Amino acid sequence: MESAPARAVARSEPGRRSPRRPGSGLGPLLGTAGILGFLLLWELVSLAGLVDTRFLPAPHTVLVRLVEYLRDLAFWRDVADTMTAWAIGLTISVVAATVLGFAIGSSRFLEHATRSTIEFLRPIPSVALIPLAVILFGVKIQSALLLIVYASFWQVLIQVIYGTKDVDPVAEATARSYGLNRWQRVRHVVWPTALPYLMTGIRLAATVALVLAITAELIIGTPGLGKQIGLTQSTGDVVGMYALIIATGLIGVGINFLARLVERKALAWHTSIRTDLVT
Amino acid sequence: MSAFLRNTAFLLGLPLLLVLWWWWATIDSTNFFVPTPGELVTTFVDTWFGPRFWQDVLPSIGRLAAGLALAIVLGVAFGILIGSFKRLRQLLEPLLEFIRAVPPVVLVPLLMLLIGINDLMKVVVIVSGAIWPILLNTVEGVRATDEVQRDTCATYRIRGLNRLRYLTLPAASPQILAGVRQSLSIGLILMVISEMFGSSSGLGFTIVWFQRNFAIPEMWSGILVLGLIGLGLSVIFRVVERRILRWYHGLREVQRAS
Repeated sequence: MESAPARAVARSEPGRRSPRRPGSGLGPLLGTAGILGFLLLWELVSLAGLVDTRFLPAPHTVLVRLVEYLRDLAFWRDVADTMTAWAIGLTISVVAATVLGFAIGSSRFLEHATRSTIEFLRPIPSVALIPLAVILFGVKIQSALLLIVYASFWQVLIQVIYGTKDVDPVAEATARSYGLNRWQRVRHVVWPTALPYLMTGIRLAATVALVLAITAELIIGTPGLGKQIGLTQSTGDVVGMYALIIATGLIGVGINFLARLVERKALAWHTSIRTDLVT
Repeated sequence: MSAFLRNTAFLLGLPLLLVLWWWWATIDSTNFFVPTPGELVTTFVDTWFGPRFWQDVLPSIGRLAAGLALAIVLGVAFGILIGSFKRLRQLLEPLLEFIRAVPPVVLVPLLMLLIGINDLMKVVVIVSGAIWPILLNTVEGVRATDEVQRDTCATYRIRGLNRLRYLTLPAASPQILAGVRQSLSIGLILMVISEMFGSSSGLGFTIVWFQRNFAIPEMWSGILVLGLIGLGLSVIFRVVERRILRWYHGLREVQRAS
């Protein structure tokens, strides 16, 4: 759930944006074929009765159920619950981590003094806090928020600290000699340097926050899609369970897509995104 | 010597302050939910240094290690396979992106159904979540192998296992290890969760059991154990990474200096 900070921005799928490579138009076609082939294989396996249909229902029944869900208001209410927890948790952790990260990253003393504490707290798996959340908040949304904020906070904080430390000394010195005050330096020098790191942190945190939102719902029982999955499991509604799992995957894909879009918009000026630059 | 003292002060300063503050805040509190530091330490020793260590902690760690090892082997193997063939990669890429986007936790009920509740299920759960960052990063790493090195290998007719040993694996190793690091925390999370579902032993089960019985200091000590395991994993990883990627860090330093 974390990645090497420096590489993460430049790694935005290079292969897909190079129109000169011969035969690259085949890519999306092949990808669609891959998904269709997977569904076909699944259908064949269940047709041939290799696995009991009580455990592995045919894909068309699952897809039909998924379409039924999409027309069902209760399903959308669950989605809304999950996404609310996700959005609130993500916002809290991003804001808190950005503010703290800037404070820590721009002072050598603070950075040294907090390093051991951060390195100790960060690897604690957020699911270890599940019992605590249950005792403090029960099945209310705060339980989910506690887990989401704890898990995604570190992602963003680490990135922001790295980012603020990455300031080009020449740019910093130039800003000083032009008489920019502390606030102006943060605004015009530190902020643009740290922004790509911050965006990477937000993208990672968005994924983690979804995982933790679903986890909290599944295990603690706060309302949302995860709770629904738990219900389908305990009532033996296997088709519904598969449909809901696919739904969570689709939400995950959507969040990834959205995060990349935001990243690209916010960093349109940055060399890792600009394609018109010849280096 | 003074540098050593200063480093030690930086290392221990804030943690000591926090513990002091915690001790001071709980010194005459009767808060049921927050134990005092002393209470936590004695509970920690009483609870975990005994039969529980053999019954709960070691099996959990064993399952975690098995799951992570399998995930690394399978992830790297399939990653190299998929990364080496462009058509295969294009065929599988959207499918893999989708599977990766499914929160791994929702697979727990599914695998419980398919496999039943046993050790195998828990290991499979860990593998099913931890394999994706490794697999996708390996694909990415293999794809980004340096063109010149690739051509050089072709010119010298370095093929098969030698190519794998001297070109593909080293070239992809920084990416692979970045993936492994993500997998460590995912694996730990899934270890805990798989034990929280209808299990009768293991750390996840024990911590939830403490919570249901309102054994609050014991519950906190369990959280501490999980934290220590997470910390241990990240320390081991850093040592291993530094060994494997010594050449890479050296290279980056040279590049930065120039």
